[in-house]
Amino acid sequence: MSRTLTLETAARRGSLIPLSTRLARALIRGLPLILVAAGWQIAPSVGLISPEALPPLSAVATAWWGLLMDGSLASNGVSSLWEVTAGLGLSIVVGIGAGVLMAWYAPVDAIVSPLMKSLYPMPKSALIPVMILWFGLGAGSKIASIFAGCLLPVVLSSYNGARGVDQSLVWSAMGLGASRRRVLWEVVIPGALPEIMAGIRNALAISFILMVAAEFLVGQNGLGYLISFLGDGGVYDAMFAGVLTVAAFGFFADRVYLLLMQRMLRWRE
Amino acid sequence: MAGISFSEVRHTYRPPRGKPVLALESVSLDVQDREFVALLGPSGCGKSTLLYLLGGFIPVESGAITVGGKPVNGPGRERGIVFQNFALFPWKTVRQNILYGLEKQGMAKVEREKRTQDLVELVHLKGFEDSYPSQLSGGMKQRVAIARTLAVEPEILLMDEPFGALDAQTRALMHEELLAIMRRAPKTVVFVTHDVREAVYLADRVAVMSARPGRIKEIVDTKLKSNARGEELLQTREFNDRVDHLWKLVRDEAIRAQGAHE
Repeated sequence: MSRTLTLETAARRGSLIPLSTRLARALIRGLPLILVAAGWQIAPSVGLISPEALPPLSAVATAWWGLLMDGSLASNGVSSLWEVTAGLGLSIVVGIGAGVLMAWYAPVDAIVSPLMKSLYPMPKSALIPVMILWFGLGAGSKIASIFAGCLLPVVLSSYNGARGVDQSLVWSAMGLGASRRRVLWEVVIPGALPEIMAGIRNALAISFILMVAAEFLVGQNGLGYLISFLGDGGVYDAMFAGVLTVAAFGFFADRVYLLLMQRMLRWRE
Repeated sequence: MAGISFSEVRHTYRPPRGKPVLALESVSLDVQDREFVALLGPSGCGKSTLLYLLGGFIPVESGAITVGGKPVNGPGRERGIVFQNFALFPWKTVRQNILYGLEKQGMAKVEREKRTQDLVELVHLKGFEDSYPSQLSGGMKQRVAIARTLAVEPEILLMDEPFGALDAQTRALMHEELLAIMRRAPKTVVFVTHDVREAVYLADRVAVMSARPGRIKEIVDTKLKSNARGEELLQTREFNDRVDHLWKLVRDEAIRAQGAHE
């Protein structure tokens, strides 16, 4: 039985499929991207689109190399990464705590729930100017904006996840000698983890939106700042290089997160 | 020592929305030490509620429940519970699930590893120690749940339709395993079920509950004289007479429960 299991897993991972087939599959999957890239290169070159509006991909690539070599990608990328990490990290810690406590203690729910509900429909980017007023033009206001935007999805998923934990699991733990507080750590939070992790994935996407938006508004550093600075200066090939960098950043962050999520939730099958 | 006494227990269920419902009305029942008692009744008669009250998971509001003479006041390790939905911690492996209660007890590591291994063998799950519940069949999951509960050596086993989610063959096997475990280390058992044959087969006495609000309608002695076991016992006149008698009692209540819903 364990042998078939291994074989199945191996087949799913593709190691039993011939290399040529796998290459062909990768090519088919990548085809739409290759077509877009080709169109991007050709359309401005033959004058179908003004190169002002869309510089050819080769020019964007050259500009990207330039940004990489002169260190602007590294320095701005690092500050953006720091803002996202700090803002998102803070929202995860506070959000899980608030959501789980709301689900577990009725009085906390009664106090926090109306606040959350009234804040829910508000576009969090509207808070950026407020954060600038409170925290100034440095990283603080951007971290605060990202925190504010990411908090609700984490709170809500933690709340729903914790409420959804089966009563019989809680009772089983208590019957085996766990105190209510231990049950919170050992049953409610692990039980809510699938929902919490899905909520954090949403928050991760939101964190990138707010990071770029806040950096547009506060011109000092960051990838958003780089994009708006280059756009204002009319250096469009480099501006597009900045946009692509942010897109790649977001894509890879999501992929890494997905891997982490699969690993942490591998018990789910 | 681990006798149980329910005296005039009443319970009102208060849903978050809607009207309160009288779930149990003056239930009195005594269970002797090491006796196997089944609570039999139509769904919604409050038999599970009675078990949760005994478990200390919901507070006793009216009447009294005592275990070994002491009133029930919250969950306790001497009362182990097994649920129909298994209630295993899905993020823990078989071994980790069984270990959980032993860790809470503060048992030394070597000792609890040894005890876990013994239990894995007792419930025939050798080779599956590192599997997650999602990788096991229903019968295997329930065997893990039973092992996890037995690990902390409760004097009383509370079973809430434990085999209700299993297919007929698996259920019959589980009946034999449960009886074998009980022969090795006898315990007081309160077993909730709506399966008449299961109740007669396993229990020393069967308490039939009425439709809501639940009361004990009749207590039937099901300790059979026959020495037959398994298939053979199911063929005996004695067994089938008890089943017929109980079936009539339950059917009347099931019809009443139906009527009450319409």
